[in-house]
Amino acid sequence: MRFLRYLLMASTLYSAQASAECLTRGTGDMGIVIERAAGSLQVIDRTTHQSLFRVEGLGDLSHASAVYSRDERYAYVFGRDGGLTKVDILCGKITHRVVQGGNSIGGAISQDGSLIAVSNYEPGGVKIFSSKDLSLVADIPATPVNSEKRAKTVGLVDAPDQRFVFSLYDTGETWIVDMTDPADPQIQKNLNVGALPYDGLITRDGRYYIAGLFGQDGLALLDLWYPEKGTRLILKDYGKGEQKLPVYKMPHLEGWAMAGNRAFLPGVGHHQVLVVERGDWNPVGKIPVHGQPVFVMARPDGRQIWVNFAFPDNDTIQVIDTESLKVIKTLKPGKGALHMEFAPRGEEVWISIRDKDEIQVYDTRSLELRHSLPVDKPSGIFFTSRAHTTGL
Amino acid sequence: MTKTVVLITAALLVLGAYTVTAAEIHPQRQAELFYLLKHDCGSCHGMRLEGGLGPALTAKRLAPYGVEFLALTIIQGRPGTPMPPWRPFITEQEAFWLAGQLKQGVNQ
Repeated sequence: MRFLRYLLMASTLYSAQASAECLTRGTGDMGIVIERAAGSLQVIDRTTHQSLFRVEGLGDLSHASAVYSRDERYAYVFGRDGGLTKVDILCGKITHRVVQGGNSIGGAISQDGSLIAVSNYEPGGVKIFSSKDLSLVADIPATPVNSEKRAKTVGLVDAPDQRFVFSLYDTGETWIVDMTDPADPQIQKNLNVGALPYDGLITRDGRYYIAGLFGQDGLALLDLWYPEKGTRLILKDYGKGEQKLPVYKMPHLEGWAMAGNRAFLPGVGHHQVLVVERGDWNPVGKIPVHGQPVFVMARPDGRQIWVNFAFPDNDTIQVIDTESLKVIKTLKPGKGALHMEFAPRGEEVWISIRDKDEIQVYDTRSLELRHSLPVDKPSGIFFTSRAHTTGL
Repeated sequence: MTKTVVLITAALLVLGAYTVTAAEIHPQRQAELFYLLKHDCGSCHGMRLEGGLGPALTAKRLAPYGVEFLALTIIQGRPGTPMPPWRPFITEQEAFWLAGQLKQGVNQ
């Protein structure tokens, strides 16, 4: 009886917290997990491995991503359907929401935290909003492809000096937008960077922007210390003489898998992780892996690289040792291992397993499963530590 | 472009255009195909098939194309674009069935 009363009290307390009251705590060990099919997200506690809130009504969240306000209280969630939603993670509530485009693919927050930029496929271009109330600050249409369509924008990141950088899929361009004066965006267009850039990333220090190319081998590199020099092709011969394999899901270039002076990148149409030396950007190796890599992510200390794969190999995760460049572990966490997020100091990695409706948490030292949480068709996992990382 | 059309037409003649009724695909397999469509095709075409890096697969968007053309696109892919061949995972019969479903509109 006493136990029942306790349960009742506990559940009342929980629901009161969820509806009316906000948590009083720091947010540094919190995060969100996208529930892609339900259009909802869960706010999670990294320390207790528990869900704190479920927030609904975010629209189509297939391929959703998020960035954080610099105070780590608000998550800005970019939905596929053009929805941009500001979520208060301490209260588990939506504070603002706009549907700003027809079809979107992620966004970024400016260096000073005042602006949110969203990358749109339809209509092609980038829109920039106030991070306070999501009011429109600037609209930057992409290059027209024909009378009806503009190029799709991809690989949008924030860069130092209050800039945003993104690429144009259909027309092969990389643009730098300087938002120092929000009323007068300055745009530098780099043309002919390569065929069909499908995603982009920026190094953690904010110096190099790299666009992955689907239409040809290689990647387009831009040195943001010297933007006037334009882009150059790197790794342009990496796939030479090899038969390209079909790609059942496009790789993601999120963040930057960097270990020491080496960068690790997904091959496209090759079941390989490419290793390149930063500086001269020459290839130093190719690591054969289980399938088409999607995310290639470094444990924060750079000792390991974790890789997940495209359909039909998305039931597998491989761990690569960055010294020997060998696969040291192959995990089979379940079908639809879609996304990985490391704890900022690297002791844990959280992995979304779509078809099991759960998040699995692995200890990165023993490489063993330690916890799991029920989440409805989970995809992206975003910890608040991203608030302080350029490009995330 | 002309070459592609010629090739596809030739392939159509070889294959022999035919229609597939739902009765020929086991209900469990139909559910699997819908799941594949939503979550895996959806990674490029959008989970609601309203488009992404790949075009929308709504009935309206697909109206100009025949079932045979769509089925062959699924089976063979579209060279020069990111659309891969799904032949290893889907039979021709299943592709025809799926193309028919798409023509009718399967997005919510």
